Amino acid sequence: MSPETSILVSLLLPLATCPVIGLVGSRPNVRDAISFIAGLLTFGTVLTLLPHVQLGVYPALSLFEILPGVSLAFRVEPLGMIFGLVASGLWIVTGVYGVGYMRGHHEVDQTRFFFFFAFAITAALGVAYAANLLTLFVFYELLTLSTYPLVTHARTPEALRGGRIYLGILLSTSVAFLLLAVLWTYFAAGTLDFTPGGILAGKVDTPALYVLLGLFAFGTGKAALMPFHRWLPAAMVAPTPVSALLHAVAVVKAGVFTVLKVLVYVFGIDLLRDTGASVWLMYVAGGTVLMASLVAMTKDNLKARLAYSTISQLSYIVLGAALATPAAILGGGMHIVMHAFGKITLFFCAGAINVALHKTEISDMRGIGRQMPFTMFAFIIGSLSVIGVPPMGGSWSKWYLALGAVDSGQLVFVGVLMVSSLLNIAYLMPVPIRAFFSTPAPASTGHGDGSHQDHEGLHEAPLLMVVPLLFTALGCIVLFFFAGPVYRLLEPIVH
Amino acid sequence: MFLQHLPILQIIVPLMAAPVCVLLRRRERSWAFALLVSWVVFAMSVLLLQRVLLEGTIIYSLGSWPAPWGIEYRIDAVNAFVVFLVALIGAVVLLYAPRSVFSELPEVRCNLFFTAYLLCLTGLMGMATTGDVFNLFVFLEISSLTSYALIASGPDRRALRASYQYLVMGTVGATFYVIGVGLLYMMTGTLNMVDLAERLQPVLMTRTVLAAFAFLVVGISLKLALFPLHLWLPNAYAYAPSVVTAFLAATATKVSIYVFVRFFYGIFGTAYAFDTLSLGGFLVPLGLAGIFVASLVAVFQTNIKRMLAYSSIAQVGYMMVGVGLVSVSGLTATLVHLFNHAVMKCALFLAMGCFILRLGSCELEDLRGIGKRMPVTMAAFVAGGLSLIGVPLTVGFISKWYLVLGALERGWWPVAVLILLGSLIAVVYVWRVVEVAYFHEPTGKTAAATEAPLSMLIPMWLLAGATFYFGISATFTSGVARRGAEVLMAGLAP
Repeated sequence: MSPETSILVSLLLPLATCPVIGLVGSRPNVRDAISFIAGLLTFGTVLTLLPHVQLGVYPALSLFEILPGVSLAFRVEPLGMIFGLVASGLWIVTGVYGVGYMRGHHEVDQTRFFFFFAFAITAALGVAYAANLLTLFVFYELLTLSTYPLVTHARTPEALRGGRIYLGILLSTSVAFLLLAVLWTYFAAGTLDFTPGGILAGKVDTPALYVLLGLFAFGTGKAALMPFHRWLPAAMVAPTPVSALLHAVAVVKAGVFTVLKVLVYVFGIDLLRDTGASVWLMYVAGGTVLMASLVAMTKDNLKARLAYSTISQLSYIVLGAALATPAAILGGGMHIVMHAFGKITLFFCAGAINVALHKTEISDMRGIGRQMPFTMFAFIIGSLSVIGVPPMGGSWSKWYLALGAVDSGQLVFVGVLMVSSLLNIAYLMPVPIRAFFSTPAPASTGHGDGSHQDHEGLHEAPLLMVVPLLFTALGCIVLFFFAGPVYRLLEPIVH
Repeated sequence: MFLQHLPILQIIVPLMAAPVCVLLRRRERSWAFALLVSWVVFAMSVLLLQRVLLEGTIIYSLGSWPAPWGIEYRIDAVNAFVVFLVALIGAVVLLYAPRSVFSELPEVRCNLFFTAYLLCLTGLMGMATTGDVFNLFVFLEISSLTSYALIASGPDRRALRASYQYLVMGTVGATFYVIGVGLLYMMTGTLNMVDLAERLQPVLMTRTVLAAFAFLVVGISLKLALFPLHLWLPNAYAYAPSVVTAFLAATATKVSIYVFVRFFYGIFGTAYAFDTLSLGGFLVPLGLAGIFVASLVAVFQTNIKRMLAYSSIAQVGYMMVGVGLVSVSGLTATLVHLFNHAVMKCALFLAMGCFILRLGSCELEDLRGIGKRMPVTMAAFVAGGLSLIGVPLTVGFISKWYLVLGALERGWWPVAVLILLGSLIAVVYVWRVVEVAYFHEPTGKTAAATEAPLSMLIPMWLLAGATFYFGISATFTSGVARRGAEVLMAGLAP
């Protein structure tokens, strides 16, 4: 398969799966098997692009002109390669986990769920491959719209409210800021292609550059920079597989990926360093890192806490982009992978606890380590990776981010990173500590059916959920030892 | 031979065919005949557009009397595109019509309905084709009078009042127009557009021409429902039969916008209309006000047909902002949105027709859970709604793109921002319907509802599909619109 075909096939495979899922919806086993096989095939196809990118030959494909002069075009460069691999690879794992969760949790309308799930993957891959800003914007919006039915899956008034905030913030930031920024860029530079070294040098004055950067940074609502972060906690009303894959990996990473890509290929690192246009963004990102961590500590609902943790971790990547030194950019790029594995593990665990024990609040999770040892063990691994402790993958990305902060002389952000790690410990570790070292709560606190809470012995979630979460936890460890290939893959983007 | 006479044939054919509909009596027969005619007209408009794009402006002298003595039909990229649009909508809506019209109108009046429809089509096609300002008035009256009749045939008695309201406002508009034309004739002694453009040059600053200018601005603005002259529109659209709303919403205001640009870019010329008299300074604020006021009013409507009517006023605002930008990009935005909005709004109103057929209502509260009962219709509504919002890959995005680009080229930053913010209000009013349709279980009227018949679904989805097709690959529409914009910027004066 030529690389051009691979691009097309990997985009169309999940999309083509949607109608098939719809057709065989009445037979859940067939439907879920198709979903799984489509995931495998998609990942396999994305993987065939990897050797080309490693050799420095970036596969490109231009489909047709949307508007005269602006095509729907794809070009797989290292950042997009990484993001594409992460999104499609974790789709397989989430697919398995999703089957376990949706059945274990007796969710309705599972066909609709898997339909839009597959659709969202196409949108995420489109963002990853985009060769110009318009293509990226198109898939960015598609991702917002295709995940709306997933967020509001429960169709309860609460889901409706969550959906409104989700759509409201993501659409308004993207239309009011991002689209304006895209059009401004087109007007100023005459092109929208992502070009190494950027396209804006000499085209926009320095003061305007600040504004344009602001439009891009805040317009990318999916990057969840404060104060446009509220949609992410709101999206937690979705079933946990959605929170895991989309709101810890695909959607949010599409946001920070956009920021990274715009800073590297539209502004260009040199331009940012020469003009200092991104200094204010460092402070906004640094502030978001700390504030979101502080808010996370106040949340008793596990998914809400993880959501704020995600907001904080996303800003690491924005910070890396804003620091605009090679090490920081690479650290940001690596953090896309490292955080993906860590956070998806944590969400998987939250979902497993919910399915097995019907617990969502951290204060109710005392002593559950005895009932769910595997899940809680994976939770520890995931937490350590998010905190950035060796031997977990997360330690590398934080190392490079700190290195980047030193390189650019912004030592204050080394401090921010360290404080944030401490805060991470403070809000993540109480969960396993409570699970392993406290005595179980009396059954009377339970809402839902109390029968599950009386289990003294092993009471894990279904195997289809436990295996995926152990797998991603293992991934966190493996990435510590195999961070080299990721680093080498990303390296060309800063040279 | 046949091809040579296309400009007149596409008007004569529906004009002569209209009375035949009366004679056919039976409603099925008159519908089938009208349908045949409308598709013949559509085919002719396609041929005409093709010829204009290949060969440039076509000039046709009626009865071989040379202009300026005879009436001249002058077809360039701008009006060929408008004619194509009107004929397209006319044909697709008729395809959809029978089930909806037969259910909303008494049987004996159906053949008259199709007669009026064909005459209205004739009038609109004529307005867009002719190169003579008085001939334009004649066609304006043909289309107006028939549209009053069409609106009045609505199933509800309130349709009569709505029609009367439109009649009063429309007549004021048409009278202002003819006064303006009369004053111009006084000064120049000609009615031919090209001739007028030339002869007006020496007398532009006379009081008579200034008065004519003012009468024409107000008169045409009334017909195109520029805020705040839009008051006739919401009731007319809300109470007319579904088919009429879909047809008029997609064509009537659009043709009037064409007339507007033809007059002020073509006949008066940009230098006079926009530099000397700064018409742009009047259009852009009113357009923006229209976008915000009408969109906000739309948010609070409980009747969705009315909501869409207010949204139409807002969309006219976008088009007039494009006109006020006085640049190729701005006019491209206007012309491309002319087409894009017609397609999406027609699809939306056709969806309303399906709801009315099955539920007898398109009140928001009656649509609870309709997404489950009429999924195909509701999906078309969502497609049209996404297009109204301007989501990428729909036609609405293309329009927004050119319009904002046009504003940026002029350096009008606040305008660019306001255009984008305005489009966000559409999210609110579209999503109100989405939430009611998908987040409730079917109850009340929707409980027993079934999907609309295929004869309605297919035409509706033709248009809903077009909103995606021309949104994904906009090179055709924006290419033609750009050529039209270049023609307009050049003006008519030699």
